Amino acid sequence: MMHRSEKAIPVLMILPSLAAIAIFVYGFISWTGYVSFTDWNTLVRSSHFVGFANYRFLFQDFRFQSDLRNTLAFTVLFIGLTMLCGLFLAKMVDSKIKGEAFFRNVFIFPMALSFIVTGVVWQWVLNPTTGVNLALKSLGISHPPKWYTSISIVPKLHLGAIDFGLPVAVIAVVLAAVWQMSGFAMAMYLAGLRSIPDDLREAARIDGAAEKQIFRKVILPQLKPISMSLIIILAHISLKIFDLIYAMTGPGAMFVTDVPGVYMFETTFRGNHYAQGSGIAMIMLLLVSLLIVPYLISSFRKERG
Amino acid sequence: MELKRKWGLMISAVAIVSLMLSACGGSKSGSDASPSPSDSPKPSASASASASESAPASQASGGQVEIFSWWTGAGEEAGLKGLISLFSSKHQDIEVINAAVAGGAGTNAKAVLASRMQGGDPPDAFQVHGGAELNTGWVAADKVIALDDLYASEGWADKFPKDLIDLVSKDGKPYSVPVNIHRGNVVFYNKKIFDDNGLKAPTTFDEFFKVADALKAKGITPLALGDKEPWTATMVLENVLLGVLGADDYKKLWTNELSFDDAKVKQSLETFKKMLTYINDDHAARNWQDAAQLVAKGDAAMNIMGDWAKGYFTTDLKLEANKDFGWVPTPNTAGSFMVITDTFAIPKGAKNEANAKEWLKVLGSVEGQDVFNPLKGSIPARIDADKSKYDVYGQSTIEDFKTAKLAPSMAHGSAAPEGFTTQANQAVNIFVTNGDVDQALKALKAAQASSIQ
Amino acid sequence: MHRQTAPSYSLYLLLVVLAALFLVPVYIILVTSFKGASEVTLDRMWHLPASLDLSGYRAAYAKLLPNLRNSFWLAIPATALSALLGSMNGYVLSKWSFRGSNVMFALMLFGMFIPYQSVLIPLIQFMQQIKLYNSIPGLVLVHVVYGLPICTLMFRNFYVGIPTEMLEAARIDGAGFFGIFRRIMLPLSVSGFVVVCIWQFTSVWNEFLFAVTLTTQKQQPIMVALQNLSGSQIVQWNVQMAGALLAALPTLAVYVFLSRYFVRGLLAGSIKG
Repeated sequence: MMHRSEKAIPVLMILPSLAAIAIFVYGFISWTGYVSFTDWNTLVRSSHFVGFANYRFLFQDFRFQSDLRNTLAFTVLFIGLTMLCGLFLAKMVDSKIKGEAFFRNVFIFPMALSFIVTGVVWQWVLNPTTGVNLALKSLGISHPPKWYTSISIVPKLHLGAIDFGLPVAVIAVVLAAVWQMSGFAMAMYLAGLRSIPDDLREAARIDGAAEKQIFRKVILPQLKPISMSLIIILAHISLKIFDLIYAMTGPGAMFVTDVPGVYMFETTFRGNHYAQGSGIAMIMLLLVSLLIVPYLISSFRKERG
Repeated sequence: MELKRKWGLMISAVAIVSLMLSACGGSKSGSDASPSPSDSPKPSASASASASESAPASQASGGQVEIFSWWTGAGEEAGLKGLISLFSSKHQDIEVINAAVAGGAGTNAKAVLASRMQGGDPPDAFQVHGGAELNTGWVAADKVIALDDLYASEGWADKFPKDLIDLVSKDGKPYSVPVNIHRGNVVFYNKKIFDDNGLKAPTTFDEFFKVADALKAKGITPLALGDKEPWTATMVLENVLLGVLGADDYKKLWTNELSFDDAKVKQSLETFKKMLTYINDDHAARNWQDAAQLVAKGDAAMNIMGDWAKGYFTTDLKLEANKDFGWVPTPNTAGSFMVITDTFAIPKGAKNEANAKEWLKVLGSVEGQDVFNPLKGSIPARIDADKSKYDVYGQSTIEDFKTAKLAPSMAHGSAAPEGFTTQANQAVNIFVTNGDVDQALKALKAAQASSIQ
Repeated sequence: MHRQTAPSYSLYLLLVVLAALFLVPVYIILVTSFKGASEVTLDRMWHLPASLDLSGYRAAYAKLLPNLRNSFWLAIPATALSALLGSMNGYVLSKWSFRGSNVMFALMLFGMFIPYQSVLIPLIQFMQQIKLYNSIPGLVLVHVVYGLPICTLMFRNFYVGIPTEMLEAARIDGAGFFGIFRRIMLPLSVSGFVVVCIWQFTSVWNEFLFAVTLTTQKQQPIMVALQNLSGSQIVQWNVQMAGALLAALPTLAVYVFLSRYFVRGLLAGSIKG
């Protein structure tokens, strides 16, 4: 059925994109990879090869170990909460309400603000003495949360040089990030909901299914590809997050809110440790491939199946 | 072992795949790589970067000069613009490109500068803190030109304090021109609190702790700290070090003549730790401005900060010097001056080197310094500037600057290479929370060993 | 409307409460932006401004305006191009899969995850080589390339849900590769385009790192000017907040404009066929 020429067209159409990605992503990142094996840790560019020295340093580093823990905590909470919020908002906005456009725009508005400003505003809002705690105190809560200034980690499991667990301070940063991104998750789900043909719902309704069942059995499966996009998009935000944390809390006391992005920026451009910074970048990439590749493979299999 | 081998395998696999991809992508990329309209307006758009400028003429005439700085805030930008218009009145044929990039204490700016320098597109002149940031950074990396001819032709050798020229020199040659001076060892205090409680501003550590105890007894936070950004705590530590060691020994820390395991360093950390028991609870939620507000409002009595805090008090918070707030040098540092100086250097390979030198001449002149500094709220680096142009704080600081021993600031990159500063900030960050003196000493010692030659 | 009962009051109540919660930080930004510099302190953060002080807006407006045009020249082409390329890629990768297309897709996606700070130096060198350094077209190129993975991902996953039978039907009607794209995929992905454009426009408009390293002064977009409102030591938060609101206006306009096209599947009827 398909002609040979027709088979070539699709490939031709994505070739420019692939070529661009090959240079801008793989070309440049191999440069970074190369640098990470050198001792370029001053302003003087050096191509002296030192093997895994930078990596060894990082994995023994208190700060970097904290970063890995924080990233894990942040990523799990951020992705989960943003998707839940987004789906919830989308479902509400999609229920034929009056003023739909107004609510839609209110929920997505935070995304329009730059991370820097968001960070500062949330830093104020969650300031333990002058922020929302004023309201909590007037409600009679005598020991309101310490938000991002908390240095407790639950549960406190000693691992390597650090205490492993969920740093409570991370929750404050997650709140700000969820606030900023759940509007986008809503938009994605809304687009998903709107592309589901009414006929599908109708059919289920005729079969006598309750609304809740329709949502679970008919709608949710249709939204799966959207959720997959969202997970990947949110994961790429959370693994690389920089501006928000830089503006809101910085590394935090005992590095409870530090992340690899902030560490990389500081060590590369303030400390001139280019090789170390590159090492952090490469580890971040490897973590991604550990998380994303298995996920991609399994979702491809499911699509085919 | 096992783990390491696995990592290695994975890294090399990624590297090989990506190298192959980039190789085959590169060969056919020429035209495909830019599937965007970017083909249409081509090089003409990249005007300032193109090489078609007037070739580096031996004497400045025409062309451009690109000035890189991090002066974007209210007063400092006005100062920079004042300098630019002064420059333009002298060189009407040279176009000034103001490449200022903001960023708390120059962070963004430094990233942009580093990327541009390493990427082969240096500006014509750039802002850099005098001291290690210049000498062990750009000079050691052979990225800037020596300015001894400029100093000679302008007769600058005796117009700046000798200590200051040393701070911008390596092996006897100066590499940058200082424009302004900020003092780092200042205690700003709320005058009303001190007067109401019959207290005198402390000049020694003993007095400091006596005053702090008295204040604490009255329920007033003695010391405001905002260490959301760790450099503020590092500043307190460096001032304690300066107070305990004295300027001469303090400087020896940065030349490896004095080790960080010296007993006096340990004593400094103990003192610092004791000071930290007098700070506000929410210090980690505040930056230096928020901490300064505590003093301005009367919620805290003292704040140890660089004297840009004076600008914040008078210009932004509309307070009056010597009435609403007062200042003294930090404990035991009366004859010393923790110096933070903004200077300008010229990168090797600058496209308009001759024009950049003209820019530096304006910066280094009395006229230039007196245009800039009153607006920025700093004091001139020259010793012969016009004192009447400065406010009461400025005038007294200009006097101190003439006679005091200069000590380079560690927190602001003047004392030690930036690698050290980053590690010191980390150590201080941890120390503020856990107060573990030995751990902090160990970290500082390790940083000294790895970063200071 | 035969399908659903009218939304209840409790739903509206919930929506209003949520909207109010969402607007708390916006309230802070708003009141701060109308304060004078001396009023901006932590202990007065919740207070309304003592008097309406427009100095923040005046200062921000004056500094942002010169760079506004650059941002439009940057964000509009970059958004349009990445949406178009993304939808084409998504179409190919979801409906015309070939040997190795999944691998291609995975390799493309991987590109989202590179930390941009770590590739700045080779990027600057490369842009100089292709003579697009320090130009808006150069910045457009960079944003399009680094936006490709996300746009491709979103479109691909919107398209996966479109039933293959529809494509078969169109094919029988004689439509080819482009015909199917125009007649079926594009009309079905209006909501998808809305989301992708919202995403791309926002990220390009708000992006700072590439803008500040790949362009200087006259070519710089508004985000750089916004950052430059803050000083090296002192930050005037009233100016900063006013600037943030001003700089967000175009993005907000795009949301309001685009979200009208959040439509229910245009071709819903034809799916039966």
